[in-house]
Amino acid sequence: MPDPIYQFEVKRLFPLEIFGVDATFTNSALFMVVGVILSFGLLMYASRGRSLVPSRMQSIAESLYEFVAGMVRDSMGEQGMKFFPLIFTFFMFILTLNMLGMVPGFFTVTSQIWVTAALALLVFFIVIVVGFAKNGLGFLKLFVPDGVPIYVLPLVSLIEVISFFSRPLSHSLRLFANMLAGHITLKVFAGFIIMLLGAGGAASALAPLPLLAVLGITALEFLVAFLQAYVFTMLTCMYLNDALHPGH
Amino acid sequence: MTEPVTTGTEVPVSSTANKVFPPLDPTTLAPQLVWLSMTFVALYFLLKKIAIPRIGGVIEERQNRIQRDIDAAEKLKDEVDGAMKAYEKSLADARGNATAIARATNEKLTAEVDRERAAVETATAKKLADAEIRITATKQKALESVGEIASEIAGPVIKQLTGKDVSADEVKRALNPGAGE
Repeated sequence: MPDPIYQFEVKRLFPLEIFGVDATFTNSALFMVVGVILSFGLLMYASRGRSLVPSRMQSIAESLYEFVAGMVRDSMGEQGMKFFPLIFTFFMFILTLNMLGMVPGFFTVTSQIWVTAALALLVFFIVIVVGFAKNGLGFLKLFVPDGVPIYVLPLVSLIEVISFFSRPLSHSLRLFANMLAGHITLKVFAGFIIMLLGAGGAASALAPLPLLAVLGITALEFLVAFLQAYVFTMLTCMYLNDALHPGH
Repeated sequence: MTEPVTTGTEVPVSSTANKVFPPLDPTTLAPQLVWLSMTFVALYFLLKKIAIPRIGGVIEERQNRIQRDIDAAEKLKDEVDGAMKAYEKSLADARGNATAIARATNEKLTAEVDRERAAVETATAKKLADAEIRITATKQKALESVGEIASEIAGPVIKQLTGKDVSADEVKRALNPGAGE
């Protein structure tokens, strides 16, 4: 049976070192570059007509734009729109890499914990910087919810602090685990088909069953690929909203 | 975390690959983060400087165009409403004028008829009065003639009866005792 973990192995394509840091160009880096070119290229290609009545491709680009813009406006209000380029970048980056990972044989960058952790920590630090820059020490009101009786306030504040600092953990693990689990499941079920066929006889007759399962899971994984990009972006919006309006 | 592997990269990589879960392999942390930061920042600036203004511009232009069209439609609607109001007003005015003219004409005609009737009535009354005067005069004259005839006949009648010749003046005096004095 093929190793279901093998697909997550980062392969060193050619070594590189920048200022003493290991910057080897890996398959992960290759797909990041491809993802950037693909997402930017598709958006540019789709909007090349700039027509008032959009073509099909232009509608897709505009839908993505409006989808994220709506998300930003709904969660942060109009003043959140200055974060729109950042949020849109998060969404396009994760969505493209998730979708690229769905192509058989392609590497899924978002199934690497270091990548998702870095993205989540980026959000975490942006929230802290923006929070203090916007509100000064008023940002700490985030940990002191309104209308809580004084005798439970220490407990509530402690919970708020813990939940705040566990955000990057859940934020990164959610994306990482979803992509990882989905791809492992796909690989395992696909492996069953080969095993059953290899076994011969009555077992081979059962081979279509995992094939159907793989079909269903593939569809599900496309949904998950989109959904996790959406969830990551949505959470980023909500966290940034805390930075803009800490007083709950 | 990542000790730079100086020589013989194949050996440690292949040996760790069997032990470490690949997505959590710490030796891939540095190269992935380097490329992640480069690609992410690149995508950020590409989207922010080029793609977002382009797509956003088209959407904004469309919204402006729609807004302009809606405004124009509203302006036209206002104009139509104004024209409709003006039309209704002139219609009402015309109707009012027509009523006024009809009433005025009616009054004028009635007055004229009244006047004419009055004139005719006056004329008729005058003619009636004249006729009455004439009748009275004629009657008077007739009555006077009766006296004359009587006096003329009286002479011969007396002559026949009495054989006396009576002058006309005597007869007249006898018949009309007041007239002689």
